[in-house]
Parts: sequence; C-alpha cells; structure tokens
Amino acid sequence: MSNYNLTHLDELESESIFILREVFAQFENPCILFSGGKDSIVVTHLAKKAFYPAKIPFPLVHIDTGHNFPETMVFRDQIVADLEVRLIVGLVQDSINSGRSTEERGKNASRNALQTNTLLDTIDLHQFDACVGGARRDEEKARAKERFFSHRDEFGQWDPKNQRPELWNMFNSKHDQGEHFRVFPLSNWTEMDVWQYILAKNIQIPSLYFAHQREVIRRNDTWLPISEHIHLNETETQVYKKIRFRTLGDITITGGDESDADTLEKIIDEVAAARQTERGNRADDKRSETSMEDRKKQGYF
Amino acid sequence: MNAYLDMELLRFTTAGSVDDGKSTLIGRLLFDTKSIFEDQLDQVKRSSNRKGLAQADLSLLTDGLKDEREQGITIDVAYRYFATPKRKFIIADTPGHIQYTRNMITGASTANCALVLIDARHGMVEQTCRHAIIASLLQIPHLIVCVNKMDLVDYQETVFQKIKKDFESFSSKLDITDIRFIPISALNGDNVVNRSEKMSWYEGSTLLYTLENLHIGSDYNHIDCRFPVQTVIRPKMAPYHDFRGYAGRIAGGVFKPGDEITVLPSGFISKIKSIETFNGPLSEAFAPMSVVIQLTDDVDVSRGDMLVRSNNQPDLNQDIEIMMCWLDTKAPHPKSKYIIKHTTSEAKAIIKKIRYKLDVNTLHRNVENLNIGMNDVARVQLRTTKPLLTDAYRKNRTTGSIILIDESTHETVAAGMII
Repeated sequence: MSNYNLTHLDELESESIFILREVFAQFENPCILFSGGKDSIVVTHLAKKAFYPAKIPFPLVHIDTGHNFPETMVFRDQIVADLEVRLIVGLVQDSINSGRSTEERGKNASRNALQTNTLLDTIDLHQFDACVGGARRDEEKARAKERFFSHRDEFGQWDPKNQRPELWNMFNSKHDQGEHFRVFPLSNWTEMDVWQYILAKNIQIPSLYFAHQREVIRRNDTWLPISEHIHLNETETQVYKKIRFRTLGDITITGGDESDADTLEKIIDEVAAARQTERGNRADDKRSETSMEDRKKQGYF
Repeated sequence: MNAYLDMELLRFTTAGSVDDGKSTLIGRLLFDTKSIFEDQLDQVKRSSNRKGLAQADLSLLTDGLKDEREQGITIDVAYRYFATPKRKFIIADTPGHIQYTRNMITGASTANCALVLIDARHGMVEQTCRHAIIASLLQIPHLIVCVNKMDLVDYQETVFQKIKKDFESFSSKLDITDIRFIPISALNGDNVVNRSEKMSWYEGSTLLYTLENLHIGSDYNHIDCRFPVQTVIRPKMAPYHDFRGYAGRIAGGVFKPGDEITVLPSGFISKIKSIETFNGPLSEAFAPMSVVIQLTDDVDVSRGDMLVRSNNQPDLNQDIEIMMCWLDTKAPHPKSKYIIKHTTSEAKAIIKKIRYKLDVNTLHRNVENLNIGMNDVARVQLRTTKPLLTDAYRKNRTTGSIILIDESTHETVAAGMII
C-alpha cells in the first residue's frame, strides 16, 4: 500500500467523523439516537473521536419500549457515565398512559411500532433539529435509499421519492421551523465493517452479542428470549440454548441464533460465513416486504 | 483477520437502462463474491414469481422503494456494497435514462471509477456517450468499458475491437486518461469474476481483478494543501484549557507539524503546532483524513476559513465559472438569489450569465436555446455575495465543487464544477 492510502476502515471513519462535525456546525440542537445496539455504540464512539478532546456536544436519546434486555440498560448507563453526556429517555409507556399510543394486541404484539410516536414526541419536546442514528444502507432495501442528511417534514415523515440530491461531501441542512433531519454517519458501512471496527478499536459492546446460555422458545424460525413480556402458547416450551444476537432491539422482537461465537474474532468469522442478513431474525421486518419503508415514512428510526 | 483490516475502499458508479444487463452484471458481482444473502434472494424469487417471471429478476435487489419495484425501474441512486479480501466496494447504481441525468451526476460525484456498459450487438448508442460524458464532466479518474453480451455475438474478437475503436475515437474528445475495455458476458459470468474460456483472444484482466487492482492512491490531490475548517474545538476544561483546535477533513495536500500556513481569507500566517486525533498526534496528514489542527499563534479562525500553504493558494473569487447541472423541477430564475455552499463556507449567489447549454449526448454547445430545466447541463457564470476560495474542479473535486440551494424551498437545485 502506498504512503498516502487509507484502509477502508480509516476512510469510513474519516467520512463519519466529517459528517458528525457537520451536524454540530449546521444544526442548533442535535442529538444521538442511542438504542444500545452495536451501530449506535459505534456512532457514539465516532462522536467521541470527532470532538476530542472536548466532550460529545449532543445528548443521547433512548426511546425505551420498557421491554428491554437488562444487559442493554446496564450498558447504556455505563456509557453515559463514562462519556459524561446527557441522557434523555422517551418512554413508550408514557405515550400509552397518556392515550397517545395504544398497545398492540394478539400473539405477536410488540411495542416496536409504538416507538415512532414516542420518538416524534421526544423530538418535539426537546426541539431537536437533527437526530443522528446508526442506520446503514446495507441493512435493508428502504434504508439503501437514505441520504446522509435525510429530511423529515413537520409530521416527522420521510418522503423517499422527493429526496434532495446529495453530491460530493456537501450536505444541505436547510429546513423550516418544526422540521428536522435524521443523519446517518454509518450509511456506507456494512455489518462486516462495523464488526471489524469494533475489533480494531476494541470497542465495548453488550454481552448479548456474544454466545451465551439463555432460556428461549422457538417462534417464527428464531430463538426468542424468555422475558416477562412474552406470552407462551400451549405448543411452545422453554429450552436452554447457547445463542447470540446479531442485532439488538426490544426483547420481544429480537431473535437469536445458535452460536459458539464468544469472541469478536469468532463473531467476524460467523458474519463472514452468514447466509442470512442480520435483520432476518427481526420480527418487525418480517411483517411485510415494505414494512421498513412504511415505518420509515411514518417517522421510525 | 489482518487481511480484513488492510483493505482499501473503491467507489464506482454504474449507469444503465433495463436492457443493457447492468442489473445482471451487478447481480453477478454480488453473487460471485458471495454478497447476496439467502433471505434477500428468497424475497427476490418470491417477488419475481408474483410477477410471473421464470427467473429471479436480480434488478429487484437494487430497487429499494415500493414504486421502483412495482415499475421495474431505478428512480434513485441505490448504493450496494460488496467486498473481496483486497478491497471493499461501494457501487452507486444509477438509472441511465436522460431524465435521470441528475441522479447519474449524484452517483458519479464521489466515484473513483465508472463502469460503462455497451451491448455488443448494438455497439455505441446515445446512452453510452452520455455516461462517458458525465464521467468526464465529473472527473471520475478511471473508466471501464464493459462490452457486454459477448455470448450473443459468438464471442467474436472483431466485434469487441470495432466497439473499442469506435469508443476510442469518441473518447479522444473527453477528459479521461485511464480507459480500459473488457469483453464480458454478465449472464454467463465470462470475464466478470472468472476468466472466460470462450475468449482466449482477450489477454487483459477480468472485471473484478481490474476493480481490485486499479491504482487509486493518486485519486486524491496530495500536492495542493487545502484544509477547510469545519468547526473550532475548545474543550474549556482541565487539562485542555488552552486547547484551541480547528477540526476538518483534509481536501488536498500533505500537512505536517511545523509547516508554515496561511489562513484564508484573512491572510494571517502561522505555523502548525500539532495535528491531533483521538488516537494521538500525527506526524503528517493527507486527504481524506479528518483531523484537528492546532496553530502556534492565537489567530482568528472559524468555519468556512481555509488553511493552505503560503506559497500555494486557491483563487479568491466572486465571479465563478462553473459547469452546472440543474437538479430541480423548477427552472432557475434570472433574478433569484440562491444559497451557495462551497466546502464548509456558505454565501448567496445569482446566475449571472448562461454561456451555453451542453448536450450530454454529443458535447454540442447550444448557444441559441438557453432555457434551463431539470437535468440540463450548462456553462454559467455565478456572482457570489462574498469571495470563495476555489480551485478548478479538475485539480480538486472538493474545493472545486459547489451546490446551490433554493432560499424558500430549501431544495438542492444545482450542482456545479468550477472551471
């Protein structure tokens, strides 16, 4: 490799840092949407680098369905303490209590879709004009069409057919009062890039990503973790399996894979050999072919 | 493991219509590099079945939006990713039709390399010229011409050589130095990832090998030092009370501690005290690295300023000649003031003069009809409210590009390459 070449991870990192600094320079009141998943952890890590030696100049916002992995919550609180950033929590339960959202019913009921109302209300309450998220274009076909700076109208809606062209590294953040932007610094990263980066930079992630013994049931071709929020039907039985999670969401919709990968190196080997996309185990994406596009138009992450 | 960490990044763009085999080619690259997952393929197969197609329609992989899948066309730029042990690739897949010129330009703006597809049966057509002209306008450093569907012309060398000759006589008018030609059959995989046994007369490399080995180290300008300041970093806490650093992404040249620099537009001269990153100070930094630069003197520097070497400065100009692509449905208004963005600086601008409209199929300069609409490319003169620190786009794609934004709709209405 010649002197003035960067590796792909260095180039991706530099691009993401550039975007995070543009967010700081172009918006008045940005935040980072923090789910406790690996992508939002990497975004937060990049924000730490972008403003070093100053602290991250944005708060972290967690939209909390109340159906969490306990490990994720411990991890979230630790990262907030370490980085000395402000944490803002939007509770889906509050939206339900106030009558703004209604709990889903039925066997596969989840609070996934309810997050949208809570997210939009939190954005409105704190007057955020930019929300930085960890979504990547390789994750899902609707997300492949996302801009780095993605405009949301006053209702928080995404209009995928009328997006602003984004050329070179110039980002147009102009908007009217009440509108906001979603910003995706990891747009050009793949799942593999994220894992390689986590390994290369020794970034801490929740233990849930590593293979561990857990009580689970088999449902919709995946191993769903047992929690107080899951309702078993007569044919389902709890078993112990060694599993790990490829993505982390709400505990009621995040399925695990049987795995022995208990180190980052083994996870990377597993990701390299994987024949299913990482969101293949996400019940929220399986509802229909356009479920992500439909949710995104409403204002979802 | 270390192999993964040593990869380079190559961004390439493709443009094409439904029939020229572009989707098949991308599908082939993704397939043969094992970048398509089973659940994605299942979804494509299910959709293809519903549409009554016999084979899985791989274009469904790249079309992300409901409308695109229903209409079977790519409307927007779709980004696809794949990797080999040597490189990670980002494909900006764009529609090829004239009405999507703006999307092709968007996809081309960040590309190191452009793939132009030619159907071996038809040879060069209008669309071929358009794609090559756009690649040239956007100064994509490398162009690979894939003569596709060689299987349908019995893999004849004469067909390939004729197309190559035709293209070369056309491309002599273009501003592209590195052009390569590869005869392929995307459908059968000939010369895409694996060498074709049916074209032993072809002695060059396969497409993937070419993509893996293009020399991209000199695609960035490492000569003219340009550092547009994004923001100022002041921690205001112990032990960094005196820390004042300028954050930005290097747009050109190589910066080192001790270098004498000039701050533009103020003209203050200072020296680089240190180049900081989270991982520690650097002994040198080059494009496209994101760093923080500290100066030895306490001079006034803010967003939109540029740090340059004193003996090598950009132009400081309020009258800017550009090649402009109009991106908006609403035509430009001669009296309208637009927001102009250039690197990290911002001003207002009017379109002072339209010199000619460029036909992107033929390079013909039209001076009679100067009405500009969406997708039109024109040479224009801008007048800005404050001087901008510009380089020619040929010299530097970062400091040589601008966008215009409509003040009232906030739409990005034009993209410009500075001449």
